[in-house]
Amino acid sequence: MQDASIILEARHLVKQYKQRSGSFGFGQTTINALDDVSINLKKGSTLAVVGESGSGKSTLARCLLQLHPFDSGEVLFQGQSLAKLDSKALRKARKNLQMVFQDPFASLNPRMRVGDIVAEGLLVHGLGNTNERLQKVQQMLERVGLHADDVKKYPHQFSGGQRQRIGIARALVLEPEVVVCDEPVSALDVSVQAQILLLLKTLQKEMKLSYIFITHDLRVVRHVADEMVVMNKGKIVEQGDVNTIYQSPQQSYTKDLLKAIPGQK
Amino acid sequence: MTEILSIEHLNVGLKKEPARLLVKDSSFKLSAGKTTCIVGESGSGKSLTALTIMGLLSNQLVASGHVFFNGVDLTTIDNKAMRKIRGAQIGMIFQEPMTSLNPVLTVGFQIGEVLTAHKGLKGDALKSKIATLLTQVGIPAERANSYPDELSGGQRQRVMVAMSIACEPALLIADEPTTALDVTVQAQILTLLDELKSRMKMAMLFITHDFGVVSDIADDVIVMFKGEIVEAGSKKQVLGNPQHPYTKALLDCVPDVAGKKVLKPIDYAWLKTNEVPV
Repeated sequence: MQDASIILEARHLVKQYKQRSGSFGFGQTTINALDDVSINLKKGSTLAVVGESGSGKSTLARCLLQLHPFDSGEVLFQGQSLAKLDSKALRKARKNLQMVFQDPFASLNPRMRVGDIVAEGLLVHGLGNTNERLQKVQQMLERVGLHADDVKKYPHQFSGGQRQRIGIARALVLEPEVVVCDEPVSALDVSVQAQILLLLKTLQKEMKLSYIFITHDLRVVRHVADEMVVMNKGKIVEQGDVNTIYQSPQQSYTKDLLKAIPGQK
Repeated sequence: MTEILSIEHLNVGLKKEPARLLVKDSSFKLSAGKTTCIVGESGSGKSLTALTIMGLLSNQLVASGHVFFNGVDLTTIDNKAMRKIRGAQIGMIFQEPMTSLNPVLTVGFQIGEVLTAHKGLKGDALKSKIATLLTQVGIPAERANSYPDELSGGQRQRVMVAMSIACEPALLIADEPTTALDVTVQAQILTLLDELKSRMKMAMLFITHDFGVVSDIADDVIVMFKGEIVEAGSKKQVLGNPQHPYTKALLDCVPDVAGKKVLKPIDYAWLKTNEVPV
């Protein structure tokens, strides 16, 4: 790799979904979920991926973390191609690649205690003994604004914002390098949204995290991201510095998106 | 300006726990041709207020107070009389365009149901009215034969709009109608609702948690917090010069497009210790 400051890189990712179509499903339509997508994430920075539903932004998130196989292209983490790793090595790399999900209600197992949910990653990666793990989980919970005693509670005992904090604690307890946040605040009230955005920013500074921030809310992007990628129908339409794009969008699609933000009349 | 709806001292509480009120002593008025937005966080009672007007409260809840609609107190009339008003004189659009339509019936049939029930339309008259309504909301008339899954999210919400305005209601209640939609589609639906409201001179009660939407569509704004109306007034007054500390705090949470504002989460403890009436 030429540039040491780039921590995660995607090169020419292609992912197609085939769908049966026609009157009896004999036909086939191909959907280009990702069409030659390349991105660079600089260490310690935030890259926002924006687009409407169906633009391929969530597919990109999943392909970056190797949760979905892709057809061609490669993903480089610290200069190393993730696709070439065997499953054992990939699992090791995953410690550094974590994800925060959109729906704080669906992404936590309702039958597990919060302590176990957050500790699961540590357990899988064989880090520490029971006591050390508990201690680490409790520290992490306090860091995201919850209590150490919350380890014994179940997800249903928490509000949406608190659950999102649990999701963040689960991702960060492994001290990852890169966190992919897939619409982390779109299910939350504005008041809670502000709390979570500030929390993510503080943790980024403290833990030197790099974020891929997937969202459809262009007001949020300006507050969290350094650089952004605009996607439409699986293709990158425009990418670059956030302020530059907001001040002078080059593509008509980006202009339309920016114009549609409510509250500008 | 004609007054369409007047809510006086509305309380909504749990049947089992009458002391705990979910909507507390709420009073406001809606006039024809005006859009009033109710904003608030989840649990603030904004949807409950709308459901009470429609007479759709769950039987676990009880409401007291008065809801005057064109001079008639909706809380005193029986189910039969309410059914005549609901859907005909008061229309409602729900949040989820994906779940509020019946998947096994064509959208034309579903729009037609309202017209048959309230206006007794049949046959060709019904067909042509459905076609007019679809065109009005920007969907080609031949789409009447489509099923909901053949339409996009925005088109489904347009169908919901067509259903709700089918009988030309005096009041339209929209409960977060654009929350589940993309911004570009949201902008289209907001423009559509605004046009229809002006043309049909409806009163519109618009429930949202998005201040951007409020500033685009509202004439008047009501801010709710924990079941109480903490501030109400014209859009200019509430958004431009908020008086209540909660309104100010809530506005401080909203990210702006310019990215210049410093986001400040609400300090609930501060609100409590400073005895802000909540």
